[in-house]
Amino acid sequence: MSTSSLSKGCFVFKPSPKKRKKALGLESYFIRVCEGAESSQLRFKLCQDLWDKIKTETEVLQDELNRTVLDSLLEFIRKCSSTRQHDAWASQMRASEIPTAALMLGVNVPDHDMTFQSLSELLRQSVTPLVASIQAKECGALKQLMKKVLEGLMDTEVDDDSDDDEEEEEGREQSQLRRSMHCSLATLCDWYMSKTKKPCGGTLGKKRSSSVINERQPPVVIIFKDLEAFNPRVLQDFILICSRYIQRLPLAFIFGIATSPSTIQRVLPHSVSSLLCIELFQSLSCTRHLTTVFDKLILTPSFPFKLNGRVMQVLMSVFLYHDFSVRNFIKGLQLALLEHFASQPLSVLCCGKEEALRNGARLGPGDLERVRQLPSFGRYVEKQEAQEQDELMIDDNYLKDLCQKLIKDLHKYHKCYYPILRCLHTLTSSLPRYPLGKQIRELHLICLERNVWETEDYQSAMKLLKMMAKDELILLLQRCAEILQTVKMKNDLVRLEELLSRFKQLDAAAETVPNVEENLISPAKNLQKKTDLFQLQKTLLEMNESRRSKKLTPFQALRNEALELIDSLVKSYLSPPESKPLYEACYYSSSAAVRRHLNATPRTSIQAALSSPHLYLQNDSLKTEDGTVSNAAPDICIAYKLHLEGGRLINLCDWLEAYATVVSAAEGNDPNSDSFGKVDEVKHAHFIRAVSELEFLGFIKTTRQKTDHVARLTWGGC
Amino acid sequence: MAGLLQQPGYEEERLQRISELLPCREVQAGLLLSLMGQPQQYCYPSIFIFGHRSSGKSHVLNVLLKELELPHATVSCVECVSATLLFEEVLLSFFGSDAASLLPRSPSLSDFVRVYRLHRSQFPAKQTRYVIMEKAELLRDAEANLLPALLRFQELVEDNVAVILLSEIVWDTFRPNTGCFEPLLLHFPDYSKGELQQILSRDRHPSYSAEFYSSYINILLGVFYSVCRDLRELRHLAALNFPKFCEPLEAGKVKETDTHKLWKNIEPHLKKAMQTVYLREVSSLQWEQMQQVEEHEAGALRGLSAHTHVELPYYSKFLLIAAYLASYNPARTDKRFFLKHHGKIKKTNFLKKNEKTSNHLLGPKPFPLDRLLAIFYSVVDSRVAPTASIFSQISSLVTLQLLVQVSHDDQLDAPKYKCAVSLDFITAVSRTVNFEIVKYLYDFL
Repeated sequence: MSTSSLSKGCFVFKPSPKKRKKALGLESYFIRVCEGAESSQLRFKLCQDLWDKIKTETEVLQDELNRTVLDSLLEFIRKCSSTRQHDAWASQMRASEIPTAALMLGVNVPDHDMTFQSLSELLRQSVTPLVASIQAKECGALKQLMKKVLEGLMDTEVDDDSDDDEEEEEGREQSQLRRSMHCSLATLCDWYMSKTKKPCGGTLGKKRSSSVINERQPPVVIIFKDLEAFNPRVLQDFILICSRYIQRLPLAFIFGIATSPSTIQRVLPHSVSSLLCIELFQSLSCTRHLTTVFDKLILTPSFPFKLNGRVMQVLMSVFLYHDFSVRNFIKGLQLALLEHFASQPLSVLCCGKEEALRNGARLGPGDLERVRQLPSFGRYVEKQEAQEQDELMIDDNYLKDLCQKLIKDLHKYHKCYYPILRCLHTLTSSLPRYPLGKQIRELHLICLERNVWETEDYQSAMKLLKMMAKDELILLLQRCAEILQTVKMKNDLVRLEELLSRFKQLDAAAETVPNVEENLISPAKNLQKKTDLFQLQKTLLEMNESRRSKKLTPFQALRNEALELIDSLVKSYLSPPESKPLYEACYYSSSAAVRRHLNATPRTSIQAALSSPHLYLQNDSLKTEDGTVSNAAPDICIAYKLHLEGGRLINLCDWLEAYATVVSAAEGNDPNSDSFGKVDEVKHAHFIRAVSELEFLGFIKTTRQKTDHVARLTWGGC
Repeated sequence: MAGLLQQPGYEEERLQRISELLPCREVQAGLLLSLMGQPQQYCYPSIFIFGHRSSGKSHVLNVLLKELELPHATVSCVECVSATLLFEEVLLSFFGSDAASLLPRSPSLSDFVRVYRLHRSQFPAKQTRYVIMEKAELLRDAEANLLPALLRFQELVEDNVAVILLSEIVWDTFRPNTGCFEPLLLHFPDYSKGELQQILSRDRHPSYSAEFYSSYINILLGVFYSVCRDLRELRHLAALNFPKFCEPLEAGKVKETDTHKLWKNIEPHLKKAMQTVYLREVSSLQWEQMQQVEEHEAGALRGLSAHTHVELPYYSKFLLIAAYLASYNPARTDKRFFLKHHGKIKKTNFLKKNEKTSNHLLGPKPFPLDRLLAIFYSVVDSRVAPTASIFSQISSLVTLQLLVQVSHDDQLDAPKYKCAVSLDFITAVSRTVNFEIVKYLYDFL
């Protein structure tokens, strides 16, 4: 852009709204980055639909989970506004405290926003329109806090005496008008009085439905979103001020607390906390929240999009090790979803069964070629007979028909996998030391990775199950039957129920035959005779043998039978998805991509950038074979490479010499000439800049141990 | 008693009423009254009244000024987030809203004086005007010229006006370096036990006799006087526990005069109240509900400080442990704890003199970020990449107030932290990750 000005200087050009380019739609972005352009639109639509479904599902879930605690909070606010009147004597005597709800939310701070949002919405809908929520970072001083509270409650801008230049430009009249509005609770109080004095509550807000607000004096709720982060001084002053107005203004506070309620006592001295009437509310723990989300989103056949074991592991570890945030977990899921649909052309098959079949019928020749290249499909083909193999590799139509069958198989697999997983979890989750995990997600991870029945843990779990008492086992099996009942797995259900009924018959039969154990005692009697060591050993071995081959009681037999049934179910349904052909269409497997996006490693990427600049500059001429840096690379890369060769302390002079040599080679100077490797001013300046950049990045620092040396700060990879 | 308050220029009847409203504060009220003089007389320019919480400072002044109908402006300094609010409040209550609107945006002190003088000439004072500043200790944090100016306000505006400062702390902490006009000091002593008894007994429950209530107050003071002399709080506690006291009476088990039985009934209850509701461990609402339900169920209610468990992500736990170690171990001992071949170091030779005292008695020491991370990597059992989320966990620990950043926010290079959790807390945390923290603490070697 040009100016008409003759002088040099900086000019600000505000972008005019008309000139701005039309923003690219989400869809075009998606299509630009995705592979296999033919089906990109379809994939974008599928992806969008799935994400919308996930989003609504999680929102519903969140609401359901928070319902109890939010309801009791609402009840508390409602109650405190109504039970202000005690009998006359008591109310006169009692210090009027500000009702305060301490809401314990756990340390997963990113999730709190959603909770507070739904809380304030609910409050507005059913209790009071006067809700202000404030955050610590906006309220460094009392003045700002006041301003935020008043703005939140009165829905207007409030004058805060700040000397903004822009406001001077406004008409004098207007500022005169606004002058009367000062940020003080007195203003708020007057405003509240004038609002509530009006005969009907409907005037309180035009947008809100007036019918709900039937109370004459709705409470004024102030939500402190993050109590820990507030400046204690500010908070104390604010509470002191509020307590002066509590008689006229029905205030109520909600403290959002992330750690423990003792924070209140740490932040507020007794003189201030004695002005509050604090009640505690505990919200759901984040791990339980995650379990429910997991249940509803992952462990269900209704979402066709799946994660493989590795990706799941990454998401889980981000949750458990780093942030405890369910919101971030879902964001991770979204990322995986997007990546999957963008990078896998066959993801057109990742949708509901009917639609997948339809899309499968429309697969183009390119797509079919991709199907043939799938590793899972390759494994499938190998198992077929030679003639069939040929046909599959050549005949497109035949392959298409097969795809239909394979898609159906895959859906069937999903349909059976989850109920059986739940059954196995119910059976094993109460075993001592949890061989297959306490949470169902752990079991799911195992099953995704390998054949679960081949693991040691599974064997030991089965052994433990074989020792289970009758009542417990029946109870667990009944629960399994319930799980199978909800889905339609007729055959297995029938078998299980038959077993259960036999268990019950056993109960009846056991009463009639009490004397089974008598013959067991006889070998023990033999022991009491005097014997030598050899004899003893022999008898003991015999006893052991006889015990093993001993006839099983009917219960034991039945128990074994039941467990065999479970085992067979596990073997037939819980095979890992890798064994299913076409599984790549539904399973996202690039755990590295997810990890790179969610759990960024700044230092690794800086080091990668410095050691292989060609990747970042996208310039192949900088590429070298043996891990060395090309001498034409940026100064900082050369300096970095040279510094790696140094020890703990690096001599700046040597470093400069080495640098000059490398750079001279880049300039194409003759190695034998005099000027080769000479340090001139320009090189010196380049070098100094590179060194200070390295210092800024934290690779070296100045030291006083030795003159003209710098200390190296990093060692080794990563 | 009523004879104590005497001052010419006021009606005898009003003085009588005032002395009834101010039990046990007759001396102070009389002194104030004589300082104030007759309505039209000039008063001493500034009076500084100090005394503990709820020793009747504001109450005495309010009653005096209201009952004698003297012009006054009461300003709470805590509420005046800016001087503007203070000026406006004063002008508003003396001259009405017109005067307040004459103040310019963000007025200076001289603006205030100018506006005041303008109005003073229009409405000259017939009686002394009083400006009462509650919680005056906050004036010290205001602009430096505000307090000295207020102290000689009478001189500045040339009006019959007096400024009365109320504070909980003594004048010595107020005096600015540059010197100022010395106000007249007036101390309100604490109420004695007898006086408290007398005052509290005045507000008896309408449906019970005065003696009965008085005996209740006597018992209440017997329990609470040693911990609390705050009249407001005592009154609150009295109201909370009175229904319980009356319970046996309502049930018809005892007579009003049977003090001993009543005492036996209420005493354990009051003791419990002292541990819970007085400390706000349990809110007064919950306390009331608790009284209604039967005794054996009431034990289930847990106070605020009973919930100390904090669930943290796995690495946050280790970061916190590392921070604790860095805060409570001398930096030179790190080698001994976290290096494999450290050799033996004798504790006595190894120590500097000042390190011999327990570090736990001295409190946490600040440590740089590198040391925290170095300890973290050696403490945590698996290999952890230094990802962005590790660093963000440190800052979220700071916002949760489990760590405290010692250096300034702006300092990006080598920030310093302190660990702000207790030993109990950290042992509980380290138990969940099977880390024996005591083995790594220098104090417990």
